Amino acid sequence: MNTTNTWAYTDKVKDHFVNPRNVLEDEDGYPADGKGVVGNIKCGDEMMVAIRVDGQQGTITDCKWKTYGCASAIASTSVLSEMVKGMPLDQAYRLSPKEITAELGSLPEHKIHCSVLGDKALRAAIDDYYTRHGMADRIVKEEARIVCQCMNVTDLEIEDAVLEGARTFYELQEHTKLGTVCGQCEEEATALLGEYVERHFGG
Amino acid sequence: MDAKPVYLDHNATTPLHPEVQQAMSAALEVFGNPSSLHGFGREAKQLVDGARDNVAHLVGAVPAEIVFVGSGSEANNTVLSVLSCPSEQCTNSRKGRVEIVTTSIEHPCVLETSKCLRDRGIPVTFLGVDRYGRVDPEQLEDVVTERTGLVSVMMANNEIGTVQDIKGIAEVVHRHGALFHTDAVQAVGKIPVDVRELDVDFLTCSAHKIYGPKGVGALYVKRGVPFCPLVRGGHQERGRRAGTENTIGIVGFGKAAQMRAQEMDEEAGRLLEMKTALRQGIEERIPDVAFNGHPTHCVPNTLNVSFDGVEGESILLYLDLEGIAVSTGSACASGSLDPSHVLLATGTPVERAHGSIRISLGRANSMEDIEYVLDVLPKVVSKTRRMSTAYAGRRS
Repeated sequence: MNTTNTWAYTDKVKDHFVNPRNVLEDEDGYPADGKGVVGNIKCGDEMMVAIRVDGQQGTITDCKWKTYGCASAIASTSVLSEMVKGMPLDQAYRLSPKEITAELGSLPEHKIHCSVLGDKALRAAIDDYYTRHGMADRIVKEEARIVCQCMNVTDLEIEDAVLEGARTFYELQEHTKLGTVCGQCEEEATALLGEYVERHFGG
Repeated sequence: MDAKPVYLDHNATTPLHPEVQQAMSAALEVFGNPSSLHGFGREAKQLVDGARDNVAHLVGAVPAEIVFVGSGSEANNTVLSVLSCPSEQCTNSRKGRVEIVTTSIEHPCVLETSKCLRDRGIPVTFLGVDRYGRVDPEQLEDVVTERTGLVSVMMANNEIGTVQDIKGIAEVVHRHGALFHTDAVQAVGKIPVDVRELDVDFLTCSAHKIYGPKGVGALYVKRGVPFCPLVRGGHQERGRRAGTENTIGIVGFGKAAQMRAQEMDEEAGRLLEMKTALRQGIEERIPDVAFNGHPTHCVPNTLNVSFDGVEGESILLYLDLEGIAVSTGSACASGSLDPSHVLLATGTPVERAHGSIRISLGRANSMEDIEYVLDVLPKVVSKTRRMSTAYAGRRS
């Protein structure tokens, strides 16, 4: 059996998967300033990110995590925890899945969705910090907008579908059932599809 | 890392038996078209016929009832598509009996074909299973009607290994005047299969699951039952499957079938011993595990186990890094994150279905391999649980 260089992921993903950094082993003993959990075990992945914050500087001083999920999910949370140490809160708040993936080298396209939870968990942790420290006004609510009126499909669901691999209007329909009744949303949905593909997968 | 390769994914595919390799190498010289009347053709035909005898013998059929096809999937697609044909003119007309009954735990090649036929207007019923993955023949009694043309129930499940009461199911199906097909890809070569004893009308098997080559399958078609080809335009296989025969592949299939007939019984005992040791070892060394599938009505080589609080793919990949090859039914790889449809059909909770792996043993495995797995697996599960959000509070 010759498996040299045939692993499904980059060396960096493998490294973070084999030697995960900053795992939160002692949850009760860790003095987190903010903590966020996103995802759901039923859906196959769940992530928890805990941060410590230097309030004076407004920077993240430490980041620990736990993840239930596949290799990509584990590696992306691990690399995320290294990336955000010393990072200003507002910069960390805007961290995108694309930046996490870039830090890992790359992920197979159908695995990109696994890295999405990392940035969401981080934002949830920062939101928690803001809430605990009287800065709830800084929380940016992610508001969903309905694109397909018939099937009640939002722009955020279109984004999720793109992250899960949808590239054409037809695939978008398969993922979300959008546009399967009156079809009036096709033009807008296709435009959004292009936008999200560019945002998450564009060069 | 000093990875010792241990292959435990024999339900996915098997390595060629050394005798099969030899037989195929020898057949590489034979290039004639088995349909040709001259010497080159006759030489090839002789090889194909010999292989047909061996495959027929393995499943208790007569050679003329064996149709060589390109894969188990093709055989299954053929039976479902052909038997649901609504034509009234054809001599093989099913006279309105075109409805299909199958189960929710079939291989995707049966499920997808059935769904496609349903989209084309053929009524299809997907029967549920009990918590071990068994079909209840009594429940079948309620859904088979005078419009049912075909019932298709797999003999052994690829993911959990559960073996159905095929004989009992066939009895119900025939009492209602329908035809019965079993996908026996995971049963043939692992447990005794006899088409007469089971009283099935169609049976699917595949070469590469029994130490033969990829790209060859066989469909048993009982003498006298209505049948049309799916691949048309040639008289090969007695007009039941067009296309020049894959002579070398068929030779490999024949040799594999012959070797199975010789080795299966002795091997089954050895595999069951290893599986039992593996199961006991896992129970002893790893807390919070659950085994999936029937404890006794099961092929001797398959063990499906769920670990609480972890996702199967990470277990698979950590094992892979230690040279151990297993598989998982959960399909994070597909991007859909859908857990195994088989485990969900048995009522396994979604979390537990996500955390399952399938270990399938084969002829080259030894007790040493089992000990190696039992050394590595507890460490891997414990490492994965330590970083899991879903295993808080407990310690393995």
